[in-house]
Amino acid sequence: MRTITLTVNGLSKEVSVNDNEVLLNVLRDKLGVTSVKAACWKGECGLCTVLLNGLPVKSCMTLAVEADGKEVITAEGLYSDDRAKKLQESFVKHGALQCGFCTPAFIVTSHHVLSKEPDIDGEDLKKELSGIICRCGTYYQIYDAVRDARKYYKKEH
Amino acid sequence: MSNKFVGKEVPQTDSWLKVTGTLKYAFDINFPGTLYAKLATSKLPHAKIKNIDVSEALKVKGVVTVVTGRDLPYRLGLYLSDRDVLAVDKVRWIGHPVAAVVADSLAAAEEAAERVSIEYEPLEPVLTVERALEKDSPLVHEKLGEYRVFPGFKPVPGTNIANVFELKHGEAEKVLEEQDIIIVEETYSLPQISHGAMETQNVLAWWRFDDYIELWTSIQSPFATRFLMADAMGLPVNRVIVHAPPSGGAFGLKAGLGWEPLVALLSRKVGHRPVKLILSRAEQMTIAPVRDGFIAKVRAGFKRDGRFIAYQADFYLDAGAYADYTVNVAKTAGYSADGAYDIPNVHIRSMAVYTNKIPTTAMRGFGHPENHWPLEQTIDRAARKLGMNPVEIRRINLVKPGESVRATGDRVRADEGDPQKVLSMLADAIALNHVEKPEEPWKVRAKGISLLVKAPSQPPNAGASAIVKFNEDGTVDVLTGNGSMGQGTPTSLAIIAAEEFGIPLERVKVNQLEMVNTDSNPYTWQTVGSRGLFSDGSALLKAIDDAKEQIRETASRVFKVPVEDVEVSGGYVSSRTHPWIKKEIREFAMGYTYPDGTTVGSAVIGRGSYAPVLNTFLDSDGQGSNTVFHTYGGTGVELEIDLLTGQVKVLKAIQVYDVGKAIDKLLIKGQMDGGFIMGLGAALYEELKFDKDGGVVNANFFDYYMPHFEDMTAEMESYTVETPQKDGPLGARGVGEQVMVGVAPAIANAIYNALGVSINELPITPEKLWKTIKDQKPELMERAAKSLYGEKIQGVSQI
Repeated sequence: MRTITLTVNGLSKEVSVNDNEVLLNVLRDKLGVTSVKAACWKGECGLCTVLLNGLPVKSCMTLAVEADGKEVITAEGLYSDDRAKKLQESFVKHGALQCGFCTPAFIVTSHHVLSKEPDIDGEDLKKELSGIICRCGTYYQIYDAVRDARKYYKKEH
Repeated sequence: MSNKFVGKEVPQTDSWLKVTGTLKYAFDINFPGTLYAKLATSKLPHAKIKNIDVSEALKVKGVVTVVTGRDLPYRLGLYLSDRDVLAVDKVRWIGHPVAAVVADSLAAAEEAAERVSIEYEPLEPVLTVERALEKDSPLVHEKLGEYRVFPGFKPVPGTNIANVFELKHGEAEKVLEEQDIIIVEETYSLPQISHGAMETQNVLAWWRFDDYIELWTSIQSPFATRFLMADAMGLPVNRVIVHAPPSGGAFGLKAGLGWEPLVALLSRKVGHRPVKLILSRAEQMTIAPVRDGFIAKVRAGFKRDGRFIAYQADFYLDAGAYADYTVNVAKTAGYSADGAYDIPNVHIRSMAVYTNKIPTTAMRGFGHPENHWPLEQTIDRAARKLGMNPVEIRRINLVKPGESVRATGDRVRADEGDPQKVLSMLADAIALNHVEKPEEPWKVRAKGISLLVKAPSQPPNAGASAIVKFNEDGTVDVLTGNGSMGQGTPTSLAIIAAEEFGIPLERVKVNQLEMVNTDSNPYTWQTVGSRGLFSDGSALLKAIDDAKEQIRETASRVFKVPVEDVEVSGGYVSSRTHPWIKKEIREFAMGYTYPDGTTVGSAVIGRGSYAPVLNTFLDSDGQGSNTVFHTYGGTGVELEIDLLTGQVKVLKAIQVYDVGKAIDKLLIKGQMDGGFIMGLGAALYEELKFDKDGGVVNANFFDYYMPHFEDMTAEMESYTVETPQKDGPLGARGVGEQVMVGVAPAIANAIYNALGVSINELPITPEKLWKTIKDQKPELMERAAKSLYGEKIQGVSQI
């Protein structure tokens, strides 16, 4: 066991972890952050994606000790980001969710994609989002929602 | 009445919780001190259990108990009580849970489960339907005759037949022997597939010290779960309290009864502490039920003018080791085998057959992805033989609402929908005769269509109820038993209530904390079969009428006009004859109070309930009236086939459904588009694969591929037809399952239309299509190779 420090959605947390413990379990089970979901626990579905120092990672494939001293952001943490909130609003408006279980992963990933490349479109956009499975099949709506939210990520905003 | 919300695009009411990840699923609910359960499972497909040694498991630090099947002597099931809580005396498939470990951490439970040592005496496994039906086949269930059976199902004790359903309408065999009949005869099959619900099954159970049992569980049937569990254990029904938060996808997996009895019994065993079981993805795809495997042997007869006059089919469902829900899948596939067509002579035999493989259960549209796969391809094959167009042959044979009789002998209602309009819209949108040529000459473009119809498959008394409560400020709380799993029915119910009272949508709330709780929400049978909006919506409208009646009575005293003169709509209570006498509804919410405090009437709380009218079980020939509404639809696809690789890429999809009345167009479009994606997965990719002993070998999302973002078609057009259902809520019908049924046959028909090759078996993988082209049309492959490599290349199809 060792103690690591994480900033989770803006709050600093100290938590003791085993060397082999993954970030997903620390977030959900030890810190009670249930806005990160899981569906395969093996890096196959992308549902446990969080932003680690701004980059999307699968938290089930990330050792907690790798996250020591870093910043973790989940979908609920993005609500306080003006652009991300508009992105979330776009998901709501376009009906880009059904059961909602994969939605947090799509929110954090598309926020990262738009922050990096606000003009992204077409096949490039699909490729960026292709690491997350939505069994309800809301891909058409997510595609529209993310495209529609691009305007908030361009410089003038 | 002005439609302020009905027919608009309204996002799901819990959307903001979903986009922030803060909606609480059962997966997210935990209590301090919760213990974790893990299952030890069988490594053999069929064997006697000689001994279970748990001593090593108990030595693991943190382990509280290990329980085996003999400790839990209850039989479980909805339609057929063929399920043990854990294996008793013998194991029936690779993955059959044999023992359950409870520990203070998941890691300890996992380690202990691996240390449970099971000694077996192997039995011959029954791994195919063919073997299972042979006279000398071993039995998967020796005590089939002792299981409890729901009315309308016929297990055959002493065999592996869990249910046999037969439908006889007219004289199919005789007509098929007549002269001048064009016969289309084929065998088709579907593999077992996974529901793939992203939230795996999970249960938190707490058997309280007062012998009430609380469950927080990811399900679509809180009331069925409560009833079946209490019934199996001999408890009063209200001793079981089911909390059903929204589900992270369900698709039939979470209907009926799941793991709740096991986890509850474990909680009791460990001193009434809460216990949680969460299935891993691998467990979800090896120990929990999946969709049945399906074989159809069909013979169809057509007149020269294209009339479909006789249909004879044998359906065999590979039910796996437990057939509880699958007995109804067999029945449903059987009685609805005639699809959207008026066929005067139909004879169907449909049976669910036990094998020593993973158990099966309901899945989205059950019975219909199965029976439309042969039916809709049969139509296209007949069209080609008759020199007809796929649209024209369907137009000739579609049922005529108000006139036709379906194979169950039930008349097709006049208000049931407009299948001809569905077909016309589909035909216009797809334009079958205009197929473009791709740039690469080794590729071929193709178009295909499929029609479908589906009714909820439910018992004749599958009812629903609703409560409408007014709060002090005139806001309205609706309580229903309708569970949320992404389909969004609670939002549609909120729209109906807002519309009927004429109050803003944000002043209506459906179900407290977005969940269904069997202690506080009123009964509904299950949230399955696309029945929710129709059944719970019908109950809700009655509850609204009841609430309005209470308001009108109070208002008649306040307004000093007769009750029948009082109208409640548009947010107001008014006099019809004296329209200037008018007050806001909210003034009557708790009764009406005069300035001096005198109060007339009291708090408004409406109640309503619904049950199907004049439905019965089908008789021994499969005849009778057992459905409440039918939703017609059609799917069209345009795709591109690479003749050298067998790769199929769907470029354009069209979905058309007669929804009766569109309550929420955003939700309907979501269902149509999303259902297409799920159907696409089943058509092109999805198949559980078994090793030689019947164990699932691809129980993960790499080897079992479900559609990803790249599988989106470049174009997607979805349309609704609105032919109101007279007894539907505001005219509406359900559409949540229908949307995936037609996808696979439309794709297969497109391939058949373009290449003339038949693929009778899903999924249509590149290997399978490549081999099919090579076997059936080698010249196409040769020509394609020459177009790519030049005239010198030869013998590509002989590889």
